[in-house]
Amino acid sequence: MSLDYDHQQLDFIIAAQQNRPGALLPILHDIQDAFGYIPPDSVARIASALNLSRAEVHGVITYYHHFRTTPPAGHTIQICCAEACQSMGAERLVEHAEQRIAGRKPGEYSLQPVYCLGLCATSPAVMIDEKLHARVTPEKFDALLKNLGGKS
Amino acid sequence: MSIRIFVPRDSVALALGAEDVAQAIRNEAKRRKLDITVVRNGSRGMLWLEPLVEVHTEKGRVAYGPVGPEDVAALFDAEFHHGGQHALCLGLTEELAYLKKQERLTFARVGITDPLSLEDYLAHDGFQGLSNALAMQDAAIVQQVTDSGLRGRGGAAFPAGIKWKTVLNTPAAQKYIVCNADEGDSGTFSDRMLMEGDPFVLIEGMTIAALAVGANRGYIYVRSEYPHAIAVLNEAIAVARAAGYLGPDILNSGKRFELEVRKAAGSYVCGEETALLESLEGKRGIVRAKPPLPAIAGLFGRPTVINNVISLASVPIILAKGAAFYKDYGMGRSRGTLPFQLAGNIRQGGLIEKAFGVTLRELLYDFGGGSASGRPIKAVQVGGPLGAYLPESQWDTPLDYEAYTALWAVLGHGGIVVHDDRADLAKLARYAMKFCAIESCGKCTPCRIGATRGVEVMDKIIAGQDSPAQIELLRDLCDTMLNGSMCAMGGMTPYPVLSALNHFPHDFGIKESGRVKTDSATGGQHA
Repeated sequence: MSLDYDHQQLDFIIAAQQNRPGALLPILHDIQDAFGYIPPDSVARIASALNLSRAEVHGVITYYHHFRTTPPAGHTIQICCAEACQSMGAERLVEHAEQRIAGRKPGEYSLQPVYCLGLCATSPAVMIDEKLHARVTPEKFDALLKNLGGKS
Repeated sequence: MSIRIFVPRDSVALALGAEDVAQAIRNEAKRRKLDITVVRNGSRGMLWLEPLVEVHTEKGRVAYGPVGPEDVAALFDAEFHHGGQHALCLGLTEELAYLKKQERLTFARVGITDPLSLEDYLAHDGFQGLSNALAMQDAAIVQQVTDSGLRGRGGAAFPAGIKWKTVLNTPAAQKYIVCNADEGDSGTFSDRMLMEGDPFVLIEGMTIAALAVGANRGYIYVRSEYPHAIAVLNEAIAVARAAGYLGPDILNSGKRFELEVRKAAGSYVCGEETALLESLEGKRGIVRAKPPLPAIAGLFGRPTVINNVISLASVPIILAKGAAFYKDYGMGRSRGTLPFQLAGNIRQGGLIEKAFGVTLRELLYDFGGGSASGRPIKAVQVGGPLGAYLPESQWDTPLDYEAYTALWAVLGHGGIVVHDDRADLAKLARYAMKFCAIESCGKCTPCRIGATRGVEVMDKIIAGQDSPAQIELLRDLCDTMLNGSMCAMGGMTPYPVLSALNHFPHDFGIKESGRVKTDSATGGQHA
């Protein structure tokens, strides 16, 4: 994916939100939803629109786990590693997923831990590109991976 | 008349394929030329049965589950659309023991109604609390909430009426109602289920709160991990506003209340109320020093009611049926009901709304049916990642705020995570420290540095290096975190760590049960 993004669209997103109280998080969400990440050189524009310092905007972006400053992988796979999922074998699932993804093209998949998806009675839980999956066994994980279009 | 078939739109059902099931039912009905309406309801909370499909019949709703798309043709062959027999048939939903034994007040409509149908909501006693509140003086509304005994359901258990009274009595041109829907505790999902299954009750509760304290603007701060809840809330707010239940002139009363959803960004500590307010203001979610209380100087420095989803969603029934009705449930100073969430290694996990006073053993075995793995249950963590691990000797204590405080444990948000005998409590204690290190906001030293040191100490204990001295160090560290942290993040991480150590010393390499007493006076909850 190219690092280029539509600067006009960025200005539009900022202008649409900048007068709301506490506008920074909504703006960052909209930027990430539009471009897949928050381009580092957008920080100055956001800061100037909200009358903040660039350090303040940078601080917020890096504080929250949700925001990223580089383009996302082809598919983002989040495996819940919190207690309820641990009690149903999340650790084993993470090891399995790491093995499956090892050796794939860089940038094809991004494997991330997540701490609770709210599916704690049907653990382990996984979110793949915003789609939720419950009771994910290693076998089910392989099937999900296959459905993403990659070779397993 | 068209036959109504219910297929939940709750995240759990969706994560187990409910969308495909709904589509398969529509397709099969079309193929058979049957007049069928598929209603997307919330979940009944019997999550091991999801996707749980229900059919409306003259005798009541008949349940089938768990249903996969591959079962649909056979279900039609068995005339399930008329309540016909099939291997997946569970009988009348209302007669299922798991549901029948509950006391559903806050969750009265969840799973029954279409979450976005205002007609459904009104037909099931919706907006009665609001219409009563509109006829009352503000102080009288606050008094009802105080008299009901409702305490904050987010975990701190602070009396809601007292919080509201402080906001009411603090004069200001602008006040706010903020709903804390940053449900980050592992093992908890009641906020999510309520928002996805009955969003209007939360809107109604927040509107009543606004009338009670004189606020005209509200925010629901929802975690980003809950995309379905965010979507449902946004739709429900639009429906309510169009019908005059929100907006510039609520039901022609001349009162104004505007409500919006704000999406969080994956920070656990933003569930702490002052960190949440910082985040809403567009800053890093760093905990504020208290005082001032948010009730006096909260969002943007204005008086703010900040309550959990379940607290606010319990308000409509209190205003509809009266404080005495609600207070009649529960025990001691824990009045009303708590939607417990049974999770982890459990056969029948789900949502169980019961009056305070039920025991863990009843929930684990009468409702839960024991562990999912079939192995003995070893430890149960109650109240999220900052809650204590309870050994079997404590499972008969009634679930009540004060009784749990006496055990040096917490009810928290009512999450219950079950671990079988393969669990290693030393590893879980290490995880508690690691989680605190990942999620600490960094403002205070005991939490920021203590959690990292805690992981290191636990690593040495697990490796068996110099254990007696390391365990002493761990206790010393926990004492500092417990008493020196600014909020519950660092202040309660010692709960899982020390309860694991005290109740399961064997996992820490201690041969004899060298139980050291814990001081319940310093183990209290954060207000």
